[in-house]
Amino acid sequence: MIDFVDPALIDWSRAQFALTAMYHWLFVPLTLGLSFLVAFMETMYFRTGDLAWKKTTQFWMILFGVNFAIGVATGIILEFQFGTNWSNYSWFVGDIFGAPLAIEGILAFFMESTFVAVMFFGWNKVSPRAHLTATWLVAIGASLSALWILVANAWMQYPVGMWFNPETARNEMTDFWAVLLSPVALNKFLHTVLSGFVLAGMFVAGISAWFLLKSRSVPFALRSLRIAAVFGVVSSVLLIISGDFSSRIIARYQPMKFAATEALHDGRAGAPLTLIGIPSQDSATRFTLEVPRLLSWMTFYDGDAFVPGINDLLHGNPAQGLLSAEDKMERGRAARAALRMFQKARREGDTVTLARIRERFADPVFHEQTFRYFGYGFLNDVRSLVPNVPVTFWSFRIMVGLGFLMLALFAASWWFHARGVLPSQRWLLRILLWSIPLPYLAGQAGWIVAEMGRQPWAIQDYLPTVAAASRIDASSVQVTFWLFAVLFTVLLVAEVSILVRQIRKGPEPSASGQPSSELSASDACSAEPSQSGNSKPDSHE
Amino acid sequence: MNDFFSHELLQGYWWLLISVLGSLLVCLLFIQGGQSLLYTIARQERERALLVNLLGRKWELTFTTLVTFGGAFFASFPLFYATSFGGAYWLWMLILFCFVIQAVSYEFRTKPANVLGRRTFELFLFVNGVLGTFLLGAAVSMFFVGAPFTFDAMRFSRWHSAWHGLEVLGQLLPWMLGLSVLFLSRVLALLYFAGSVEDAQVVARARKRLGPEGGLFLLFFCAFLLLLCLRDGLAEDSVTGQVVQLPYRYLVTLVELPLLGVFLLLGVLLWLFGWVRALSGRSGGAFWLCFGGAFLAVLALLLAAGWNGNYYLPSVAEMQDSLSIRNSSASRYSLMAMSIVSLLIPFVASYIAWAWKSLSARKITPEELDNEPHAY
Repeated sequence: MIDFVDPALIDWSRAQFALTAMYHWLFVPLTLGLSFLVAFMETMYFRTGDLAWKKTTQFWMILFGVNFAIGVATGIILEFQFGTNWSNYSWFVGDIFGAPLAIEGILAFFMESTFVAVMFFGWNKVSPRAHLTATWLVAIGASLSALWILVANAWMQYPVGMWFNPETARNEMTDFWAVLLSPVALNKFLHTVLSGFVLAGMFVAGISAWFLLKSRSVPFALRSLRIAAVFGVVSSVLLIISGDFSSRIIARYQPMKFAATEALHDGRAGAPLTLIGIPSQDSATRFTLEVPRLLSWMTFYDGDAFVPGINDLLHGNPAQGLLSAEDKMERGRAARAALRMFQKARREGDTVTLARIRERFADPVFHEQTFRYFGYGFLNDVRSLVPNVPVTFWSFRIMVGLGFLMLALFAASWWFHARGVLPSQRWLLRILLWSIPLPYLAGQAGWIVAEMGRQPWAIQDYLPTVAAASRIDASSVQVTFWLFAVLFTVLLVAEVSILVRQIRKGPEPSASGQPSSELSASDACSAEPSQSGNSKPDSHE
Repeated sequence: MNDFFSHELLQGYWWLLISVLGSLLVCLLFIQGGQSLLYTIARQERERALLVNLLGRKWELTFTTLVTFGGAFFASFPLFYATSFGGAYWLWMLILFCFVIQAVSYEFRTKPANVLGRRTFELFLFVNGVLGTFLLGAAVSMFFVGAPFTFDAMRFSRWHSAWHGLEVLGQLLPWMLGLSVLFLSRVLALLYFAGSVEDAQVVARARKRLGPEGGLFLLFFCAFLLLLCLRDGLAEDSVTGQVVQLPYRYLVTLVELPLLGVFLLLGVLLWLFGWVRALSGRSGGAFWLCFGGAFLAVLALLLAAGWNGNYYLPSVAEMQDSLSIRNSSASRYSLMAMSIVSLLIPFVASYIAWAWKSLSARKITPEELDNEPHAY
């Protein structure tokens, strides 16, 4: 049913999707987090009437706007790429996967795009309360948008709430709530959105630190940094907790991804947690630094629990109730053969066979024992079931390490700010400034774990990437890959350049382009509450 | 109650929603039309800034409608989404490229240190305005002229043209529809400029262009309608269940479903009324008359493509593989779930209307831009 597929086509299709997704994820997390930070700031302005808060809000809003635009640009490619480059996938699971995308459009995109216009252009056109509401709705809309696309992504990792209809040769949704509320979906949403909050916190903290280092717009910088630090600490703690849940969920539903992430080749009871080491695709990790039994405990809350390794999953482990990959491939081939028989019977008008096979596909036992391995029927080599071990191993550790580092930085910032000595901690301000790229790196590493770790699957166990791609020439995809690579890179350079210029201009540039607020750091600490006057925002200004 | 919402009813309902979204999208392309006129209507930088800022407050609405149109198609008719986007690869990629470069252009255009310079971003807006609208029209024309695709046993599609969608430009009807969409967007943009800008010279130039632009639209649209009405279409044989080719199918559909015929006629008359009114110097309300007219006419045409048992994506490679709303839709369960969500559409429409009204209550002036914290 699947004729020969050019491996280059699959590679370039994956590369193009990875390219657009990674670029998209450079911009989206900042939108997710900064929208809430801006909403908090505007709320402060609304409640206090302090014009300094308005200036602060408007400064971060400009940066938000620049970033938002390029996020929109990269986002449209992602949505349509499911059709252009993964058309087999789009048909095979479109009945389930498409619904969240449509709901995202109706409920989230319109909310975001409508109120973002009010947020940017409505300062003098709607009441302050309406403007504040619009700003909050932008933030909520952005997170709602993330919810639906992450529900769709989670379903690919853990397909639930569906059955295979042999009449249409596709999977169809049977339980919307199971798709929306699956543990993978809920946790993925929380973990991903929180990572955006942490990124935005670091972005604001780093830029504010730069202002403090330059002794420019100090009250503004302290005000921003305080919000960023509190927001960052809370988000980081929740991020780490959700990350812990995430590991447990992966261990349960995607054991091969988990084993690759831990570079665990041979499963064992009382498995140690490898903090660091040199992993290999085919053999045990060398030069390891381990904590005994911790992996078993973290995964199953039991230090003696058995954690399956790559070899257990490939060759089977009857003692632990694990099927071998060969066995799964055999069952997958049987499922595909049943589908072929069904189609042959339909062509020949063999109603008896049709009814029999239709019954089989509706039988939960057949689904559980045979059809759930449908995707294995497309594969020939058991080794293709193992994702890239060193890449997932290192990506995971980079993500986790940076997550803890950022929590420490936010906590230190909060601590020193609370004691009123933050501007004098120049070492910390320098670290904050140079840490701006870290959450970006952590976010990219996280997505590498999630997406490369689930290879070879487009839909876990049901559809491998090799069967999911559109049947077009690899050369066409190659051309569009480079087209988008160049375009996105140029736009990224432009965005960074604009952001840097806007940041240098500062929140209150004078006519000469020089900042008007040149308070010293020590002045600022005592003068922080307000130095720009109060004006309760109860009317159009 | 549950039986009332049959799969067939839900398929028809979702084709209606898709058609409404598609019609709205075509009308909202006035943003693109305006972009294509930036150098025609505005002679000075200050005038251009007025127009860019006027359009810049609405561009996201068009963009979001396009994205939702795609998402809704994916969800409700996944086989179309898979077949058309995966097969007409180059056509869709060019369209996407046009919209990617638009998305950043408003925000980046006048920002210092934008690397590419103001003119480049204005060129991006122009390319999006001309090529984006034309190609969207050409892509939609596949509903009527068909495409070269077949399916295997898994219903995975294969496109039988190395041009991957661009082959549609080898026929006359797609050109006529593409040019119709382009000139419609320009006419709507001119009317929008005339009613929303507080600048006598800009308004005078916009009014002056209305005649020729409207005339060209009428020319291309009439040619498209004529070609469409003379064209054969595919429909299901009620006895054999096979796909059959029927003469004058779209004309017959407009007669068999008289409401669609009325919509088309009413739409054209409304548009003509608005256009003539604007030509005679009374531009008040002309934009909404033409917008409403275009909406009705496009809605009638899109509904005619999919309703009445028609095949909305005929396959010119294997007629029996053609797509109808019955054989390409999502399951009844999915359509039902999304239909419940679709009940929120009036709420969404109401807050969009509020935002539109709030931001457009006053005509845009140069003075307003001087005090605008977020000017483009």
